[in-house]
Amino acid sequence: MRRTFVVSDVEDMLLRKTLLMAAALIVAASGGIAFAEDAIDPAAVKSEDGKYLDKEGNPTFKVAADGTVDWYTYSGYRRYHSECHVCHGPDGMGSTYAPALTDSLKSMSYGAFLEVVASGRKNVNTAQENVMPAFGDNPNVSCYMDDIYVYLRARANNAVGRVRPAKKEDKPDAYTQAEKSCMGK
Amino acid sequence: MRNVLLASCLGSVAALAAGGAVANDDLIKMSQNPKDWVMPAGDYANTRYSKLNQINAGNVGKLQVAWTFSTGVLRGHEGGPLIVGNMMYVHTPFPNKVYALDLSKDNQIVWKYEPKQDPNVIPVMCCDTVNRGVAYGDGKIFLHQADTTLVALDAKTGKVEWSSKNGDPGKGGTGTSAPLVVKDKVLIGISGGEFGVQCHVTAYDIKSGKQVWRAFSEGPDDQLLVDPDKTTALGKPIGKDSSLKTWEGDQWKIGGGCTWGWISYDPSLNLVYYGSGNPSTWNPKQRPGDNKWSMTVFARNPDTGMAKWVYQMTPHDEWDYDGVNEMILSDQQIGGTTRKLLTHFDRNGLAYTMDRDNGELLVAEKYDPKVNWTTGVDMNKTSPTYGRPAVVKQYSTEQTGEDKNTKGVCPAALGTKDQQPAAYSPDTQLFYVPTNHVCMDYEPFKVSYTAGQPYVGATLSMYPPPGETHMGNFIAWDGKTGKIVWSNKEQFSVWSGALATAGGVVFYGTLEGYLKAVDAKTGKELYKFKTPSGIIGNVTTYENGGRQYVAVLSGVGGWAGIGLAAGLTDPTAGLGAVGGYAALSNYTALGGTLTVFALPQ
Repeated sequence: MRRTFVVSDVEDMLLRKTLLMAAALIVAASGGIAFAEDAIDPAAVKSEDGKYLDKEGNPTFKVAADGTVDWYTYSGYRRYHSECHVCHGPDGMGSTYAPALTDSLKSMSYGAFLEVVASGRKNVNTAQENVMPAFGDNPNVSCYMDDIYVYLRARANNAVGRVRPAKKEDKPDAYTQAEKSCMGK
Repeated sequence: MRNVLLASCLGSVAALAAGGAVANDDLIKMSQNPKDWVMPAGDYANTRYSKLNQINAGNVGKLQVAWTFSTGVLRGHEGGPLIVGNMMYVHTPFPNKVYALDLSKDNQIVWKYEPKQDPNVIPVMCCDTVNRGVAYGDGKIFLHQADTTLVALDAKTGKVEWSSKNGDPGKGGTGTSAPLVVKDKVLIGISGGEFGVQCHVTAYDIKSGKQVWRAFSEGPDDQLLVDPDKTTALGKPIGKDSSLKTWEGDQWKIGGGCTWGWISYDPSLNLVYYGSGNPSTWNPKQRPGDNKWSMTVFARNPDTGMAKWVYQMTPHDEWDYDGVNEMILSDQQIGGTTRKLLTHFDRNGLAYTMDRDNGELLVAEKYDPKVNWTTGVDMNKTSPTYGRPAVVKQYSTEQTGEDKNTKGVCPAALGTKDQQPAAYSPDTQLFYVPTNHVCMDYEPFKVSYTAGQPYVGATLSMYPPPGETHMGNFIAWDGKTGKIVWSNKEQFSVWSGALATAGGVVFYGTLEGYLKAVDAKTGKELYKFKTPSGIIGNVTTYENGGRQYVAVLSGVGGWAGIGLAAGLTDPTAGLGAVGGYAALSNYTALGGTLTVFALPQ
């Protein structure tokens, strides 16, 4: 069996499940993906094993004064440009057939992000046919959901530019463990 | 009852045999009539050359728009229409509509076909939902749908005559390429190199749609359709298990080598030619070996599929340099003797001229001076590395390794040229080549394979060559000597197929949306007109009612629509850079339109 998410501990998994359920409820209520009215302050208030969290406990980025980015932002940059950029464009800038995530992530919640990436979405009508596939079963994406989210959140908040992050924090040990177990090797 | 069935069976066999021969002769004859444009590249040799000369270098400056037609579809419009007598057949990207227009009745829509397809195929298409056009033969129009269905439509009514499924979109197989009708068969490839599809070219019976043969790009000899003793590579038999030996374990089963480019055909040699794409994944470390026969030129017998010769251009690809670009067939003199040539402008930045009968390599030269991943191809026939490109260590993503960024590789994964087909004029004996002038950073890393999910394994960023601001060139190329004759700078990659004409004019489109006409001898710009959207379609010409027309689909998108629409990054120039690499969205927006030009009456 393939594990769908990076699970560093049980609490994290429970939190995820709650968020996904919450997202599902919002979808059911509104008949579409809901966006938060106001974006949550992305400032990192604490760090757990190299992963930074905002005041609500959502993963977020950390960029030091000298431009050093946290590991997740860097890793997200790489994963984004492998799995996502063929539709969503370089650096989250969008393409002729998929939205610019630098804009979407300005208002999209962490829960909604996980839901859309894991389950996909469709927007097919007479004017356009936009289809986002479900990546829940793809370990190259699902094992790196937080990485991609953190990177795009950093992009949406202009914390990193349209360049490869030059300096980065070291890969956390806990991250390496979780990655190995998630990727199944 | 049984007798009747047998009789009708025999009858249809006879009809089938006769139909095959007729379709073949008809198509050869029809492709020689310059008033028509009956196959995607204009002729079997893929020259994209027309004998029409009403529009010429002297009067092309007076060209005007004669009529336009909206396709009603927004995504990237590659390929171009077919013209058969008074009928024009216009195709669109997903949902893959086909319109039949009567050119003699004010371009009225005679019929329209729109298949029902599961929209889940959309995200499995790597780089926009493009389609490169339909084919004609035996009174039918053949459409290769996104979901890999090959459908035969009655050319007069649009009625479905048969349909065959060519692949499985659930595993990442999709349809983007144009079919080619050869005798009594319809040949078609498949896309899916970014999804680990084991790709193939397949021949279907023109009457029934039944599969006749299928040739894979990698795998055991019986799947490759090769004869280990008779199929050659650079003059030598390829031997047993030529592909299996170059993959680790079962990796060939998800090996890519996709066949989404163009097919050409030489009736006198009875050979079809096409190229195979990148090996999957983009991470070279994960697939040791030469990964044969990805990145390969194939010459096959169209009746049986058996390969006569093969040539692998980029063994063990490290940069995504698909070998699918068109093979243009010409007869030219080299060293005092007329040779049957095949010329191919590869993604890897090298232009190859080969003997198309036996696969001998005659010329392999860079067609963009910025190409830096190789110092060139070993042309010494006695060398153990004969025919192989010498890889420059600094630009080898294999040697730099996983999780490391190899910087400044030229060309980018887009290639010095992608699928946008070049043209060849027998008048000037020059090739007219739309090119990309883009470099990249490439960082491979480990990925795991899941059926139907992207299987990429590399991070890329692309930018114009250091110190330059233009990202495309339109060049004239001498295939005999391997030299650029003239070169026009273009701000963006030229992603439109060229057209050469007996009027001494060459046409192409640009990503900003200009249709341009240039002098075939000098490259001097003679005319330009801004169409409603960026052009990634191929320019076509035809004659109707005594007038020559030039037609092109505009509708920006495709792979060009990804990176270029967002503006390429240039890490050395910083943000907010203006000029050469400013966002394409400042110049054009979506929308499919056919624009048709003619001289004023």
